[in-house]
Amino acid sequence: MPIQYYIYLCLALFSIGIIGVLTRRNAIVVFMCIELMLNAVNLLLVAFSKMHHGAALAIDSTTKAGIDGQLFVFFIMVVAAAEVSVGLAIIVMMYRNTHSVDINFLNRLKN
Amino acid sequence: MNAIIFSALAGVVMMYSGIITSKKTVIKYIAAIALVVLIAANLLQVYGIWQISVDTRDMLSFEKFGLVFNTLAFTATLIYVLLSGKEIENAGVNVAEYFALIFFVLCGVSILSSFNGLLMMFLGIEILTIPLYILTASDKRNLRSNEASLKYFLMGSFSTGIMLMGIALVYGATGSFALHTNAPVALSATGGIKASFLEVAGMILMFVSMAFKVSAAPFHFWTPDVYDGAPGVFTSFMATVVKAAGFIAFIRLFEGHTAILGPTWKILLAFVIVATLLIGNVTAVFQQSVKRMLSYSSIAQAGFMLFALYSSNDMAKEGLLLYSVAYSLATIGIFAVLIKLKDYAFDDFNGLGKTHPALAFATTVCLLSLAGIPLTGGFFAKYYMLASMVKEGGPLWLLIVAVLFAAVSVYYYFRVIQAMYFKEGTPSVQTEITSGFKAGMVLLAILIILLGIAPSLVLNLFYF
Repeated sequence: MPIQYYIYLCLALFSIGIIGVLTRRNAIVVFMCIELMLNAVNLLLVAFSKMHHGAALAIDSTTKAGIDGQLFVFFIMVVAAAEVSVGLAIIVMMYRNTHSVDINFLNRLKN
Repeated sequence: MNAIIFSALAGVVMMYSGIITSKKTVIKYIAAIALVVLIAANLLQVYGIWQISVDTRDMLSFEKFGLVFNTLAFTATLIYVLLSGKEIENAGVNVAEYFALIFFVLCGVSILSSFNGLLMMFLGIEILTIPLYILTASDKRNLRSNEASLKYFLMGSFSTGIMLMGIALVYGATGSFALHTNAPVALSATGGIKASFLEVAGMILMFVSMAFKVSAAPFHFWTPDVYDGAPGVFTSFMATVVKAAGFIAFIRLFEGHTAILGPTWKILLAFVIVATLLIGNVTAVFQQSVKRMLSYSSIAQAGFMLFALYSSNDMAKEGLLLYSVAYSLATIGIFAVLIKLKDYAFDDFNGLGKTHPALAFATTVCLLSLAGIPLTGGFFAKYYMLASMVKEGGPLWLLIVAVLFAAVSVYYYFRVIQAMYFKEGTPSVQTEITSGFKAGMVLLAILIILLGIAPSLVLNLFYF
C-alpha cells in the first residue's frame, strides 16, 4: 500500500482531534481528542518507520535503519500516560470544587 | 550530563526529605544546598574538571552555550528560592514536593539546553511542563488556580500534539530524528536548497508549537490567564527560568535549519515578532493588576527574545544568555516583593518608598531593568538583541518598531514606580519583611546594576 494512504488517514485522525479540542465543551472529551491527536502521530511514525526500513533493506539486507521511529512511539506512549495521570487529577480537582467538567467554567479569569 | 543527573537526583532527595522531616524551613535549606551542589556539579563540567560521561549515542551534545545557560538558570533558581522561599513554604502543605517538582523542571531545562535530536527535545519539553501543571494547580481550593492549571494543561498538551505531528512529518521526509545530520537535501536546478513538502510542513508545525510554549503571538492567549491564576511564587518561576529555557530550545531547534524554509521564514518571524511586541505592550498598558501586567510584559519580553531567533548568529546567542539573566533576575525580584503584598493591584504599592525605602529602591532597579534603561542589565540585553539583528542585515523598520515598543513599555513599568514614590498611602504588606529579605533584594539590585555596567561578566563566561 502506498505511504500516501497512511499519511491521509493520520492527517484525518489528527484533524478530527484538533476539531474536537476546539469545539467540544466537556473537559474529558477534549482530553480524549488530544489523545486521538497523539495516536494519529503514533500511527504515522510507525508507517514512516516501515517505509524507511523497507527502503534501507533494498540497499543492505542487514540494516537496522528506520527502527528509531518505532522507538519514538514508545516514548510518546509513556509521556502520554504521565500526562493523563496529571490531567485527570486536575479534572477531578476541578470537579470537586465546581461539580462540573464543563470548559465554559474557564472564563472567570478573563476579567 | 552532570546537570541532568544531579537535578533528577536532587528531586528524589527532596521527595524523601518530606518523609524525614516536616519542618518547612529545614526543607527549604535542603533545597538551597541541593541547588548549590547542582551549580557546583555543572561548573565542574563547564571547566572540564570532572563529569559523568554516558554514551548517549549523539542524542545529547554538551556545548559551552548550553552548559553556561544551565549555570545561569540554576543560579537564578537559587536566588528565587532564597528570596521567595518563605512563600513556597506557605503555598500549601506539600512543601517538599514543590521543591522536588522545581528540581524536575530544572532537569528538563538541562535536557533542553543540550538536546541533539528531536526525541530528546520532546522528552525535555515534557519533563519541563508536566511538573509545571502540578505547580500551577498547587492551590487546590482556589478556583482561579484550578482554572489556570486546566487551561495550561489543555493548551500544553494540545501544542505537544502539534509538535509531535511536526516531528513525525520531518521524520518521514528525512528518515532521522537527528538535528544537525539531516539526510542530504536535494539541490534544485536553480541552486537553492529544495526541501520536500513534508519537511517544510513539519518545521512549520514545530514552529507553531514552540511559539505556543514561549507564548509568542498569535499563540499567546493562554499566558495571561495561566500566569494570573497560578500562585504568585510559581508564576515567578514559570515566567523566568522556564521561559528562558523555552527560548534556548527554540534557537537550538531552528539554528541551521532555516535554510529549508527559505526567505519566507524571515517574513513569518518578523510578523510574529511585531505581533508579540504589539499585543504584549499595548495590552499591558490597560491592566489594573500588577501580576497581570507582568504576565503581559512577559509576552512583550518574549517578543524581544525572538530577535535572537531572527538573527541566530553568535551575537544573538550571547545576547540571549544576557537577556535570560537580566530578565529573570528583574522579574524574580519584582515578584518577590509583589507576593508579600495583600492583593496584586497597583494601589498596593502606594507609599512603599516611604515605609520600605530599601525594597522600593530594589523594585525600582528591577523595573528599570525590564524597561531597558541604561546602567541596568536590561539595557544591554535589549541592545544585544537589536544589534545582532542589524548585524544580520535585518530591516530598519523592524528596529524602529522594537525601539518604539520599548518606549511604550516604560509607561506601564513606571506606573509601579509612580505608585511607590509619588502616591500617598500605606502599602498593604502582608507578611513580615525580614532584614535578610531586604539585604537580598538590595544585593539583587546591585547585581542588576553590575550587569548593566559590565555585561562582559556574563559574556566572558561564554567565551572562557
